[in-house]
Amino acid sequence: MLSVRNLTKTYRSAGEQVAVLRGVNLDISAGERVALTGESGSGKSTLLHLIAGLDAADGGEITLADIAVADLGDAGRAELRRDRLGLVFQQFNLIPSLNVEDNLAFQSRIAGRHDAVWHAELVERLGLAALLQRYPEQLSGGQQQRVAIGRALATKPLLLLADEPTGNLDEATADEVLALTRDLVARTGCGFLMVTHSERLAATLDRRIHLHAGLIA
Amino acid sequence: MSRALWILAVLLSHWRRHPMQLATLLIGLISATALWSGVQALNAQARSSYDRAAATFGGARTAMLVGRDDAAFPQALFVELRRAGWNVSPVLEGRIQIGGRAFRLLGIEPVTLPGEVGDAPTVGRSGLQSFVTPPGEMLVAREVLTDLNLPEGARPSTSSGTLLPPLRVQSQMAPGVLVVDIGIAQQLLNMPDQMSRLLIGKTKGPRAALEAVAGDRLLLVEPDAESDLERLTDSFHLNLTAFGLLSFVVGLFIVNSAIGLAFEQRRPMLRTLRACGVSARMLNAVLVIELVALALIAGVMGLVCGYFIAASLLPDVAASLRGLYGAQIPGQLTLRSEWWIAGLAISVLGALAAAAASLLKAARLPVLVAAQPQAWQQAQQRWLILQSAVALAVFATAGFLLWYGDSLLSGFAVLAALLLAAALMLPAILERVLSLGQRSARRPLAVWFWADSRQQLSGLSLALMALLLALAVNVGVGTMVESFSRTFVGWLDGRLAADVYVSAKDDAQATAIRAWLRARPEVEAILPGGRADAQFRGAPIEVLGLPDHATYSEHWPLLESSGNAWVRLRPGDTALISEQLARRLKLGLGDRIEVPAPGGNWPLEIVGIYADYGNPKGQITVNYAALTRRFPGIPATRFGLRVAPPEIPALLSAMREKFGLGDRSLADQATMKAESKRIFSRTFAVTAALNTFTLGVAGIALLTSLLTLSNSRLPQLAPLWAIGITRRRLAAIELVKTMSVALITALLALPLGLLVAWCLIAVVNVKAFGWRLPFHVFPLQLLELLGVAMAASLLAALLPVLKLARMQPASLIKIFADER
Amino acid sequence: MNASIKLSRRAFAGGLALLGLGGGAARAQGFAGLGENAEGFATVVPGRTFTFPADHGPHPEFRIEWWYVTANLRDASGAAYGAQWTLFRQAIRPGTQQPGWANQQIWMGHAAVTSAETHRYGEAFARGGVGQAGVETKPFHAWIDGWDMRGLDGMLDATLAPLDLKASGSDFSYALRLDADRSLVLQGDAGYSRKSDRGQASYYYSQPFFNVSGLISIGDRPVDVTGLAWMDREWSSQPLGPDQTGWDWFSLHLNTGEKLMLYWLRQQDGRNKMFGNWIAPDGRSVEIASADNSITPIGMTDVAGRKIPTAWRVAIPARGLAIETTPLNAKSWMGTSFPYWEGPIHFAGSHAGLGYLEMTGY
Repeated sequence: MLSVRNLTKTYRSAGEQVAVLRGVNLDISAGERVALTGESGSGKSTLLHLIAGLDAADGGEITLADIAVADLGDAGRAELRRDRLGLVFQQFNLIPSLNVEDNLAFQSRIAGRHDAVWHAELVERLGLAALLQRYPEQLSGGQQQRVAIGRALATKPLLLLADEPTGNLDEATADEVLALTRDLVARTGCGFLMVTHSERLAATLDRRIHLHAGLIA
Repeated sequence: MSRALWILAVLLSHWRRHPMQLATLLIGLISATALWSGVQALNAQARSSYDRAAATFGGARTAMLVGRDDAAFPQALFVELRRAGWNVSPVLEGRIQIGGRAFRLLGIEPVTLPGEVGDAPTVGRSGLQSFVTPPGEMLVAREVLTDLNLPEGARPSTSSGTLLPPLRVQSQMAPGVLVVDIGIAQQLLNMPDQMSRLLIGKTKGPRAALEAVAGDRLLLVEPDAESDLERLTDSFHLNLTAFGLLSFVVGLFIVNSAIGLAFEQRRPMLRTLRACGVSARMLNAVLVIELVALALIAGVMGLVCGYFIAASLLPDVAASLRGLYGAQIPGQLTLRSEWWIAGLAISVLGALAAAAASLLKAARLPVLVAAQPQAWQQAQQRWLILQSAVALAVFATAGFLLWYGDSLLSGFAVLAALLLAAALMLPAILERVLSLGQRSARRPLAVWFWADSRQQLSGLSLALMALLLALAVNVGVGTMVESFSRTFVGWLDGRLAADVYVSAKDDAQATAIRAWLRARPEVEAILPGGRADAQFRGAPIEVLGLPDHATYSEHWPLLESSGNAWVRLRPGDTALISEQLARRLKLGLGDRIEVPAPGGNWPLEIVGIYADYGNPKGQITVNYAALTRRFPGIPATRFGLRVAPPEIPALLSAMREKFGLGDRSLADQATMKAESKRIFSRTFAVTAALNTFTLGVAGIALLTSLLTLSNSRLPQLAPLWAIGITRRRLAAIELVKTMSVALITALLALPLGLLVAWCLIAVVNVKAFGWRLPFHVFPLQLLELLGVAMAASLLAALLPVLKLARMQPASLIKIFADER
Repeated sequence: MNASIKLSRRAFAGGLALLGLGGGAARAQGFAGLGENAEGFATVVPGRTFTFPADHGPHPEFRIEWWYVTANLRDASGAAYGAQWTLFRQAIRPGTQQPGWANQQIWMGHAAVTSAETHRYGEAFARGGVGQAGVETKPFHAWIDGWDMRGLDGMLDATLAPLDLKASGSDFSYALRLDADRSLVLQGDAGYSRKSDRGQASYYYSQPFFNVSGLISIGDRPVDVTGLAWMDREWSSQPLGPDQTGWDWFSLHLNTGEKLMLYWLRQQDGRNKMFGNWIAPDGRSVEIASADNSITPIGMTDVAGRKIPTAWRVAIPARGLAIETTPLNAKSWMGTSFPYWEGPIHFAGSHAGLGYLEMTGY
């Protein structure tokens, strides 16, 4: 479903060229749950961003469900994120002026894929029923991340991408959130790629890939 | 489409959570639109009435033939020209007085009147017969009926006793104009077989050369897009427009800061939307749609406010225009659909202009947060240098315009350039002052105080620029108005030299009154006065006759004169001319002019120039006896009296009783002065009102900027709180900081304002009105304005500071928790 | 009829009470208001003795009057043209003539040229009393603005010839010389021309025997022309009955040298009254009133949004005349303040020849 071939990416920083990715190869099949680990600066997040089309690679190929991501323009990549991908960030990135219910629904609304039954199931499974009218600033970190996961899965994406989703949460909350995520991923049958620096959390997924100095170790 | 609507809904949710911000944005847009469109409505109202006046049987809108020196010419020329193929239609123009009011009497010839001459009057069935058949009909605007307090069909009499044709209301007529058939006009004006001009219609075939028919007796005057009234009143409207524009710009400052704040706060939202699959193009489009929608809503509200502003200012504007230029503006505001459309357009364009920077930033917003360090100070330095360079260039432009410009427009351009350059210069000057302060500071908190003020500058500079502009204009206009009123009062004292003014209803009554007065011992002198209207070098002028009496030579103020001017006036071959006329026609002492008079041109030598403030027409003053010889027809109904002051009340009441003279016919000097001053102060009422509006808008701009800043400043203040400075102390420091930059700005505004005043007095007024006032500085007024400015700044600064003082410690702690 | 009108050219209509022509309401008033009440004006009675040159001049005691010339012309290449020169007079009220602008006469001039391709016209208005328009008899001179009809040296009052005729518009002009060797012809019954059964009538004489030569310009192209012309002089105070809506008027030059003046006044009830005079080559004029005479429209043209009968069949059995007329230019529309159709025609059948057709009230 996801195939990454020879992916390279170089950043320019303070006049120096820093090769972040130096030919990464990676495959994820449908329903597969993969943890991406590596030390700080190893290129984990960059790889995730490139797959999500948030940034453009310098070389190599990313193919998601037969679509070559590199060939897409901004609008095409936006469509890809909207319809095929779910994104979860460390900072939750909820919209502060929308309440929980609207934060859960807005991406599926914009995508034109809103499904009331699925929406209700997500609310129930994520335990958000009592919080629907609250605003993000009135939620704890774990609650906010649950909303973010719900939003990412509301469109029933092909692939859920998560960048250190539990990085801002304490251990117990992190475990709880990740457990919920695994359940939901299983329920939707989508692929799951999670960037994490936690070996413990990585171990709870099907497969682990370690990125070191811009290459899969 | 529904996708766009959902995105819009997400964007709009921000405003629901931040209603104050929305209110600020709307207030900015509404005040910008309201003031601008209010002024436009006033201008349009006035212009449409000038159009009515101009279109009345070919004012300047039609090509025409006029006599040499604007003298009337014989009717035979009209017939000869028609016979030679010229499609011309005659007009005879004169002035008559009804009940003490002067009217323009136009005689037209309806049968040849070209259809393209503009709005010809509509005459009903068999209208032509009643219009041309003596006594004919007198077409007037409805306002004239009201002015004369007569019903339609009534036949008024002129002040000299001639019975006029019955009045008939004609909708497109200009107020102050009476239209009759040319034959009837010739009779009423006692100008048999005479014509004032010939309107030229569409050519209907070959025509002979003008010279071949009329020799050099007629001149061809090409149509002029502007009417005389428009030219005269241009300055007034330019003045209004300048204020409208200033308010508009200041309003846009508010919009700019509100949108800037909203953008900063919505930056994460925009990123999230992009990450969730909204393309950059879609997002930008929806942002523009959102802005346009808000601008339209604010535009409609602004237009409604603009309507009310215009409606409330209209009486003053109408009074000013009537007092200054004799232009008649109906008191009822009528608005065309174009006005609404233009108002909405200006609101949308203004909003887009004010939001341009934010929209551009949004369009370039990367989805991922760039990890570049914020070199705000370097960026600010570069920006300040660039801005100062632009300011210097604009200053240079102002200097250039001042040196070479010779028009009213260039006068205003000088003003605009001066203000713009000063505004652009302001941040650099403030930066300079603050860094000097920082260098001189010793204690750490003081150093932080200055440094932080400098950092705040970029956020506040727009609001401070608005404050600077508003203040400078206030100082400038205030100084000009005050200079004017001082000068005017002094001038009036000399000008109104007689003790009692009498205006009899006709010559017979005047004779009776004079006879009666001669028998009264308390009357020291009877000073006859007379006034004739004439056309001089293409414009109407007044010829004023003053008797040879010490009252005038002792009191009447002359700006320039050759020796013995009053004595030299006696023989009737010299004249004094008004300053306006002298400036307009570039006439000076010793120049010779020829004034058209009924019996032929009257050669005069100029021996003096006098101020004649507030008179739209040029004026020539001659000896009264000479005037009555040259203009035998003028009514002798007005005269002044010299009376020992204690005797005045008794004399007035005796005259009222004896001759039934009303307030309009009989007044003492004090009443006349009061009346003149009242009329004159109304002239500047509009300016003052707009001035206040502008200052108010600048205050709002300051408030919104400070509100914007106070939110983004928490991260800077939180560490200070953490190291043990109390919230009260922090709030006090913030207040002092805001007030000190406002004070520096206000102090800078004072010299700038005086410069503006000088420009208004020495450049704009001279071009606009034709007179130059002495320049005075009024320190008390400046202090007062300074106080008002500081009070406005205090009010604006107080709200955010109070917010800070009452802030929950948790909010400050949160600053540390949030790493955004 | 309380509609307001512009006090400009249309004002003439106001003065003439000639409102809303072509509208349904106007029908009741007759063409050009000629059906209006004539109180205070002189009336037309039979048995008048015409005296010249006095009758060439205006008759201000009557309400309306005209000097009307139409010419059928041809250039060297044989191309046909028409020319029209008309001066109308109307008094806006009866009474002693006032001097200067108080004068109650209003004058209107029409001029036109027609070719097969184009029809151009002009119009002028003037108040009486100031010299912008008028008619003088000694020497004969009728004028409005720069348009003149002027008796040349040696003009005879009995023939009203020779004359100089000139007019110009923005896109045409002409200057023609009119000669005639035969006397004026009195129309109707010795110059008394009945217009209805209720006594409406006019005084009417003509000069149908003009020979013309001169110059016509359409645009900038001057052309030498020669041909025939016809002048009508008519005055009255109320020539039309209130139920008469307009007329169709023929002035025909037969190749035999005879002339035929023929018209009918259209009645609202359709019982159109027909009148005419048959003029022998020597100038003898005989009324042709007969129930057997007929004129019938046989061809319609859409002009200026109206349907106008521009082709006619004319039959006068007593004279053995049965002809069909064809317009030189079917679009000879005078789009003047009172619009009407006026243009040159030619005809064939029992007789052949040229003439002019005027149709009003459509």
